Amino acid sequence: MSSITASPAAARPARKPRSAFMRWVRSDLRAVLSITYLVLLILVAVLAPYIAPYSPTDQNVAELLLPPSAEHWLGTDDLGRDVLSRLIWGAPNSLYASLLAVGVAIVLGVPVGLLIGFLGGWIDDIVSRFIDALLSFPPIVLAIAVTGALGIGLTNAMLSVGFVFAPVLARIVRAQTLVVKNALYVDAARGFGASTRHIIVRHIVPNAIQPVIVQVTLMLAIALLAEASLSFLSLGVQPPAASWGGMLARAYNYIEIAPAQMYAPGMAILLTALAFNALGESMRVALDPTMKRR
Amino acid sequence: MATLARLVIRRLWQLLPIIIFATFVVFSLLQLVPGDPAVTLAGDYASKERIEEIRQLYGFDQPFIVQYGRWLWHAIQGDLGRSLLSSAPVIDLIMQRLPNTLLIATYALIISALIGIPLGVIAATRAGSRVDAFVTSVASLGVALPSFWLAILLVANLSLGLNWFPATGARPITVEPGRALLHATLPAIALATGVIAELARQVRSALIEVLGSQYIRTLRAKGLGPIAILWKHGMRNVSVTLLTILGLQVNRLFSGAVVIEAVFAIPGAGSLVAYSAINKDFPVVQGVVLVLVVFVIVINLVVDVLSSLLDPRVAEA
Repeated sequence: MSSITASPAAARPARKPRSAFMRWVRSDLRAVLSITYLVLLILVAVLAPYIAPYSPTDQNVAELLLPPSAEHWLGTDDLGRDVLSRLIWGAPNSLYASLLAVGVAIVLGVPVGLLIGFLGGWIDDIVSRFIDALLSFPPIVLAIAVTGALGIGLTNAMLSVGFVFAPVLARIVRAQTLVVKNALYVDAARGFGASTRHIIVRHIVPNAIQPVIVQVTLMLAIALLAEASLSFLSLGVQPPAASWGGMLARAYNYIEIAPAQMYAPGMAILLTALAFNALGESMRVALDPTMKRR
Repeated sequence: MATLARLVIRRLWQLLPIIIFATFVVFSLLQLVPGDPAVTLAGDYASKERIEEIRQLYGFDQPFIVQYGRWLWHAIQGDLGRSLLSSAPVIDLIMQRLPNTLLIATYALIISALIGIPLGVIAATRAGSRVDAFVTSVASLGVALPSFWLAILLVANLSLGLNWFPATGARPITVEPGRALLHATLPAIALATGVIAELARQVRSALIEVLGSQYIRTLRAKGLGPIAILWKHGMRNVSVTLLTILGLQVNRLFSGAVVIEAVFAIPGAGSLVAYSAINKDFPVVQGVVLVLVVFVIVINLVVDVLSSLLDPRVAEA
């Protein structure tokens, strides 16, 4: 420490998490495994056009419902399409779907939570009741209803899922904002004449963000499962585009002729959801100050 | 008894704004439909007269709040409109199908409680052990497992493979209770996995917290046995949390039922809402969503009241 910085509070957070991050990676095998899996999945999604052995939509009536072979590692589906290629092309759709839903939830939920937590009073009362009302809906049922109204398709389906998730984030951010707003150091900052904007940007956002990061990671898994469910119900990804949920729906129709087809898409959904969940849990432990250094 | 009645009334009063907002959300669904709602509701090949008739019928020419009030007034009287596809009253469609959904949801909840709670207790009492690690990993797996995939695997192996259970359909529980339960078993198992995992996790963490508290340590120091501590103090303190967690699962069960009913071709409320959403039968979609959300809110009310009976501290809140 050779120089004295003008604001030590700003310099500290930039330094500390980095070493905490490295400690976490070294000590947490679960996190390393899930990150590795997710990085590979992102690579597969980005490189899908180059690594998929066949086109995901080319039909071939001469090769219907073939079992796994050297040419088709996972066999072919009821239209003669290569299952491995469809599985690979399902990755970008699934990741896009999860990120879109969670992105919508963040954009809608976080500002609302910050605002009502900070303002309090009757606005908070009313909006909080509205959030309670939204949380009373069975999430998938509400998402299906909203999707039906907007029009079926992957983007609309995931906008709906994001809308359904938003109140969860709003509630977490609100609770966190309330805690920080009344903390002694915020009172002190206010006493020093800090502006409202300064308090929100410098104190409330950084403190509220940690539970949000954890929740958002866990939400990616729920969004993925929701996408698979909606695509299974043919409300999400529309044919001929590939999706893991849609592949399971097709495989289910031919379950007696080609039972092997129901394994790969299900495993893909399970592993990806597991990876998101494991990452979220690891981050919860890493970011929670009370759980550190036990 | 008087206190109970007063408690129920007070809770209802608190729930009123939530119910009003929820109905408002259900009504607003129609406003999300792009274009003129009258044209949408009239269907693809409707005549100009028919569109005008629908506009009059639903009052689309009137202010939004008047439309909402009218819709709510009808809904309170049990009139949810008519299906655009079959023109049957929506409430009749729902009442025909809701029992099938409630059967698999209740069945699943019972299975989950019978498996999930003991798993959580076992893990919590042996926190940090291999048993605990095993239960925690299984729970993580259960949370991430797509229930409809499990459903497909169950059909493939237990219905088509071994012929133990019927693969599809449902029977009315009032007419053929045995057959009905047999049909509901696989759907209930598929629906229960996620809930078992969730219950095991939550019971585990709640119980670990209680068992680590000061007064439990004091009891242990005074020589009270582990079983007495677990049942007389641990479980009793967890019971309120447990009830709340169980209540929250109803939401999850209804969500899961949509896909599970599709897999098992069960004519339930979930498959009705999915089918109606795809076919743009909005009165039915709104009706099912409304009935389910009211159901969830009522369950939460019951949970709330039961919690305050179990724990007098809750009643004061």
